[in-house]
Amino acid sequence: MSQLKYALFTGCTAKQSTPELLSSTLAVADKLGIEITILEEASCCGASHLQDFDEFLAHVLNARNICYAEKLGLTMITICNTCQLNSAMTKHALDTNPELKARVNEKLAEVGLEYKGTVEIKHFLYTLIDEYGLENIKDKVKVPLSNFNIAPFYGCHNIRPSELHHGSNNGENPYVPTSLDSLIDALEGHPVDYDHKNKCCGFHVELQANHTSEVLAGNAMIDAVDNNADMMVTPCPLCHLKMDTYQDDVGKVIGRDIELPVLHMPQMVALALGCTEEEIGLNFHVAKATQLFSEAQA
Amino acid sequence: MSETRKVTIKAFRFNAETDYLPYYKSYEMEIGKDELILDVMNRIKWEHDGSFSYRRSCRHGICGACAIKVNGRATLACKQNAMELLDLFNNELVLEPQSTKRAVKDMIIDKSDFWEKHAAVKPYVVADIDPHPEHETKQSIEEFNNFLDSDLCIQCGACHYSCPALEVNEEYFGPAAFVAAYRFTVDTRDNAGKERLELTAQPAQGVWDCVKCFECAEACPKEINPIEKITKLHNMQFEQKVARSNVATRHAEGFVRSIRKHGFLDEADIVVYSEGYLGMYKHLKTAVKMLKAGKIHWQDGIPFIDNMPKIKNLDEVKKLIDISMTNKL
Repeated sequence: MSQLKYALFTGCTAKQSTPELLSSTLAVADKLGIEITILEEASCCGASHLQDFDEFLAHVLNARNICYAEKLGLTMITICNTCQLNSAMTKHALDTNPELKARVNEKLAEVGLEYKGTVEIKHFLYTLIDEYGLENIKDKVKVPLSNFNIAPFYGCHNIRPSELHHGSNNGENPYVPTSLDSLIDALEGHPVDYDHKNKCCGFHVELQANHTSEVLAGNAMIDAVDNNADMMVTPCPLCHLKMDTYQDDVGKVIGRDIELPVLHMPQMVALALGCTEEEIGLNFHVAKATQLFSEAQA
Repeated sequence: MSETRKVTIKAFRFNAETDYLPYYKSYEMEIGKDELILDVMNRIKWEHDGSFSYRRSCRHGICGACAIKVNGRATLACKQNAMELLDLFNNELVLEPQSTKRAVKDMIIDKSDFWEKHAAVKPYVVADIDPHPEHETKQSIEEFNNFLDSDLCIQCGACHYSCPALEVNEEYFGPAAFVAAYRFTVDTRDNAGKERLELTAQPAQGVWDCVKCFECAEACPKEINPIEKITKLHNMQFEQKVARSNVATRHAEGFVRSIRKHGFLDEADIVVYSEGYLGMYKHLKTAVKMLKAGKIHWQDGIPFIDNMPKIKNLDEVKKLIDISMTNKL
């Protein structure tokens, strides 16, 4: 296999509240021999909230991020579903609307940049599966995850709207997603089948509609727990933050004590590839997860 | 591949007048490659049980009556090929009404909440009509294109009953009402735009309670993409000065403040800025937990101590914000 090289758009959370997401991503890439260049120039994607305030400005900023991947001539990979969605939405809007592309490029020209539309934007989950390959990952497993029932939580923004994502997520069906399940399989874990795996975690209304947010997260988490999940795994750090950081509050609203470690997708892969405890960073979780490291080796 | 397939179809059965609880019943049938979900329902009724009830009318994807859910997926029965869904769901299909808690009889639901919310946004052109006009009220192609796709809504309820926000919050208008609000607000003949924007800006019922799950975009059989219209309504609230400063609007606008300063979103600052210092008490417990786990640092969110990472070439972002931003709160 020729060496895989990507431009990594880290997003904001990996640089702040979820340092474990960045360290585990880089550790996985290192173990698999994937070359990563971090896009240090990339700004926030707007997280679907800047888009509500000023959609055009959000397109300009996202187009600027993509410009830097274009300069490197590398596929831009994301490690956050919402970064993926917003970058892909801008790419789609500009690639299909020449008038908008011209307006955005007029602004970018002021800082010496031009959006061309020459690179792909793909979530790390799908580059691992489609480009590195599940069979190749299987060969690298040092610590099979066979001790764990793992509930895949897909996160909305990687799978919906499906029409937008189909070019970059291998045609994942939003009603019957399989990518995370097959990744868990490849790492020899036991995927938990449950109804809420493709539902919303409520993160985006945490502040203004707190009750809605807690109920949605709670519904998903108790569904996973009731189907014997030992942990949940998600490719989205925003889903992670909602279900990990707010786990106690969610439990109170739902009326259940929930104790469920919520791992980032790269943390799970790092665990199976035998990365170090420090690289995996389970100590950064609010819902206790550090025990998983020794349990995996047992 | 064989032209027909022998399958078992499970259907939700319930009669609100006689049944205490709903139940599921299985029907075996051989399904042909061109049969629709509506054909499947017809065959349950005609070949198995004449009491099986569902709404249907046009059979052409126009009336919106036959919308149901198949394995939880919003489905306009007269538009959906059955074989496609058999492939997708591994030959096991479960037919359910759009909302089981609103079931009246089998696939038929009480859709009154949908119609009340739809009516509340005045889904029609509000204008003073001259009874003896001298010429037609013309629409340019551009003006027409503004609402062309949202005008295709058939009020089937597929998006409305796929919306998780609405399942939790009964006040929420839901995506179909927002599509209607958008469609008539951008119509140049209409005079009630501001009123609709005020209505859809209200907490709990308005667009700010959208959870951004994109279920509506996926569910719509007419490919309207309701959440795209929801984003436009958000933007129009700022453009037309309808947006009032509250936790949700400050949360959206606060992104600019962070990005201008750091390139990144300042996760602590956005909460303080959106909630205000007085509103922060709700988040103290979480903040302490995050501190303990090393997710935030003690300096975060404290004025004058800036330990935020910054992107490279931040000046570019500042400049782009200055020359591209159009809205204000």
